[in-house]
Amino acid sequence: MNENAVVEISRLSKKYKRFELKDVTMDVKQGFITGLIGANGAGKSTLIKLLMGMSLPSGGEVRVFGQAYASHEAEIKERIGYVADDCSYYEHLTVDAMRSIYAPFYKRWDDRQFARYIDRFELSPKAKIRSLSKGMKMKLSLAFALSHRAELLVMDEPTAGLDPVFRRELLDILSELMLDERKSILFSTHITTDLDRVADYIAFLNRGELVFNESKERVFERYALVKADKELLDADVRRVFVGIRETSTGFEGLTGDRREAERLFAGYARIERPTLEDIMFFTAKGAEAHV
Amino acid sequence: MHILLSNASDEPIYGQIVRQIRQSILNGEITPGQPLPSIRQLAKDLQISVITTKRAYEELEKEGLIDSVVGKGSFVSGANPQFIREQRLRLLEGKLIDAVQESRSLQMPLEELLAHIRLLYEELEGEG
Repeated sequence: MNENAVVEISRLSKKYKRFELKDVTMDVKQGFITGLIGANGAGKSTLIKLLMGMSLPSGGEVRVFGQAYASHEAEIKERIGYVADDCSYYEHLTVDAMRSIYAPFYKRWDDRQFARYIDRFELSPKAKIRSLSKGMKMKLSLAFALSHRAELLVMDEPTAGLDPVFRRELLDILSELMLDERKSILFSTHITTDLDRVADYIAFLNRGELVFNESKERVFERYALVKADKELLDADVRRVFVGIRETSTGFEGLTGDRREAERLFAGYARIERPTLEDIMFFTAKGAEAHV
Repeated sequence: MHILLSNASDEPIYGQIVRQIRQSILNGEITPGQPLPSIRQLAKDLQISVITTKRAYEELEKEGLIDSVVGKGSFVSGANPQFIREQRLRLLEGKLIDAVQESRSLQMPLEELLAHIRLLYEELEGEG
């Protein structure tokens, strides 16, 4: 196994009637946070389900901790803490009753750890799961995922529909986990603000294809947002851009080659650092234009 | 050691860290031999990525401002302030040479370049 990768995905594909995940090759590095970004329907959940062994690929392979699901499913799952995008617990049970069902599945279950998280998240062990708000359910899910000494935390859209206060709290928890360099985190999101700060690597899916999986530093070195007059847009110039948005007052374009853009536009354009949202938006837009 | 990060700034996060730690070292706020927080601790405290912090420390190492010892962490280097200042002057010189060359290629006379520099200097003064 690649010594630094906890997850290795090679040439992975999954065909559905109306959607296809195409030929994805990427890894998740140990000791770091990888953020999986992409618009709704880009394939994030499909990829995570394949990675969790919850669905079978149409082609390609997933290896977790150097092992394949076919031969080591139980072992792999023991070592992953998983937070699903919906609440997958028995709604009619109390938090503590759910714990007594959940805990025996894990050899390394830690009751004290669970109690600490429940306390920290201000969840009552006696509360019925049905009565919990969306944010509380998310916290409960996180408490379960973090209480069996998992080495890899996988979260599918952990912040969707949650308020900024909770998103900050989650950020706290994630950066705390990263104090331990043996731990790794993968989470998917379509909302990139504040979470993009803690991510070390960004994997970007667009329409079922992986656009890149690179360190965030590298992504921001490479991409640039150019703002200038429309007169500058000729066929050659257009080719530099991944996607362009034209308005009556000028244009904005995203390029994956910052140096080339600086050379071309020296003095004639504003060249700015894009946000991850800019990168997502213009890539999706560019892909549309080429269809 | 104080580090304040701005999300609104054009300066990348790692650059902000480098600048502020460098400042703390140059004005003696942290002294030679003093340990810096570990890369992971700093990343946690600032809620930023480990790679960003690592890059900032690597930059400071390159400048000779800090030393990293495997398994022990990073420390303010023993280099004396005079040496550090000289290092930075050399860096500055390189940047000035770039500016001079660029202005020449634009056929800008020296007075105009100086006027530009003066303007920028005064503009930035308020920002510290």
